[in-house]
Amino acid sequence: MLIIKNSKVDDVKNSEITSEAEYLNRRKFLGKSAVFAASTLVGGSLVLKEQVLNAQTLSTQSARVPAWLGSKVAGSRTELSAGLADATPRNDAEQLTPEEYATAYNNFYEFGTDKEDPARLAGKLTTDPWSVKISGEVAKPGEYTLEDILKPHDFEERIYRLRCVEAWSMVIPWVGFSLEKLLKRFGPTGNAKYVQFITLVRPNEMPGQNSLFSTIKWPYREALRLDEAYHPLAMLAVGMYGKPLPGQNGAPLRLIVPWKYGFKSIKSIVEIRFTEKQPKTSWQSIAAGEYGFYANVNPYVDHPRWSQATERRLPGSLFSSNRMDTRMFNGYGEQVASLYSGMDLKRYY
Amino acid sequence: MIKGLYQFKPSKIIEVSKIGLFLVCLLPLGLLGRDVWLEFQQPGSALGTDPAVQVVHILGNWAIRFLLITLCCASLSRRVRVVRLVRYRRMLGLFAFAYALLHFTAYYLLLAEAQWALVSADFVKRPYITMGMSALFLLIPLSITSTAGWQRRLRKKWKKLHRLVYAIGILAVVHVAWLAKSSYLDASLYAFCLLILLSERIIMKDKGRAKRPGFARMSEK
Repeated sequence: MLIIKNSKVDDVKNSEITSEAEYLNRRKFLGKSAVFAASTLVGGSLVLKEQVLNAQTLSTQSARVPAWLGSKVAGSRTELSAGLADATPRNDAEQLTPEEYATAYNNFYEFGTDKEDPARLAGKLTTDPWSVKISGEVAKPGEYTLEDILKPHDFEERIYRLRCVEAWSMVIPWVGFSLEKLLKRFGPTGNAKYVQFITLVRPNEMPGQNSLFSTIKWPYREALRLDEAYHPLAMLAVGMYGKPLPGQNGAPLRLIVPWKYGFKSIKSIVEIRFTEKQPKTSWQSIAAGEYGFYANVNPYVDHPRWSQATERRLPGSLFSSNRMDTRMFNGYGEQVASLYSGMDLKRYY
Repeated sequence: MIKGLYQFKPSKIIEVSKIGLFLVCLLPLGLLGRDVWLEFQQPGSALGTDPAVQVVHILGNWAIRFLLITLCCASLSRRVRVVRLVRYRRMLGLFAFAYALLHFTAYYLLLAEAQWALVSADFVKRPYITMGMSALFLLIPLSITSTAGWQRRLRKKWKKLHRLVYAIGILAVVHVAWLAKSSYLDASLYAFCLLILLSERIIMKDKGRAKRPGFARMSEK
């Protein structure tokens, strides 16, 4: 099976990986710069920010996870299960996004709203011990440790396009397993029609959750229709680029739904709840007119503030805008379109 | 300190300080230029994963900052008479315009791929872009008439015309606020500054009516 070999993984120099001490220092520095930015609107806050960027010390380091998980991720199969092969992007225009970009440019508002905030601040996140609560319309509810959750599953590497609702995209090799297989282990009852996912709330480690200016009501919530969740393309990821997930990318456990906008692929999951009624998602609660429940990638339905017809593949450069046409269902229409047959996708955006 | 300075010819001090200020105002552009240069040397080294957006944002931020500094200048000079801050106002205002123009140019070249069709589609469809471009558009007559000649020619109308700067400030802040997805930190800071400056302006206007001569002085160039 064809998998794009990612040379960049091996190219990350040791010098690019931030030591613990540097990390702590930077956080102190950032604390100061936040005060500074607040006190001097027109002052040098931007200069400070630039310095942080220039330092190129954003961490690609994995979150601290138990040793067994690290080796299991490293030993994941790179051969895809049947049916996934066709979904793997593999033409020349779809090179993997280099790891240092995919781990440095994140929307994870729990850590802050700047794209670099998560990479700077997520090193603090405690991911071991970790447990996931299974609740709602399910035969075997309870609090499961990460080991309980992961043990029965073989990991595989899947290369997926990631299309953000902000009209940029990346191509990322995830390591994980089928969502369907996990969900079915807990025995969803006949009433279960939807599955909701909830992110960790821990303001002392996730500074964005303290922000007075954020409109998100924590915890961050996402949900899928159960048949969407059972689709073979939907996966839970524990790693990327052959390593356990870094905190900024949603360690230790996150959802990946490649045919939907990135915000559906919720990070750092602590609860999975089966429901009969459609749960409200975080972005729906903030702006229902801009973000629907389905949030399927759809070039024909514009977000009110930006066009979804095209996307810019990151990393960008100052020479070319890397703009390309956005495809229906992010290019996974062949696999997933049948989930939505007969639905008016302009209405159910 | 200030008394000491006044032993020199005041015009000389202003001239020298204006050159200094001019260089300071160029500093953000210089820093950005350095980053762009580094980016050309080694992509990803200075401007992150999405350098195009980064450049556009940095220029836009400085445009609105200079706009607010310009407004501060007028307000402060009404309060602190010793330093004639109002003498630096024109330069600061022109820098606001320059940064706004660069902000638009960067957007046009790097994000809109130098296609006017994309720009006009954005202008019509995206309210935050409508706001931003209107602000830039309104800055044009103010910049053209910023010279002493135009000030003389337009007389009282000049002041009226230049009150547009408050409308531009509001447009610019709305532009930032509507761009925000979930965090209103930047927008709140800018709006807070603008609110203070606007209310100061309104309060002074009332006082100015009562005390005409003092009010007139601030309009000296």
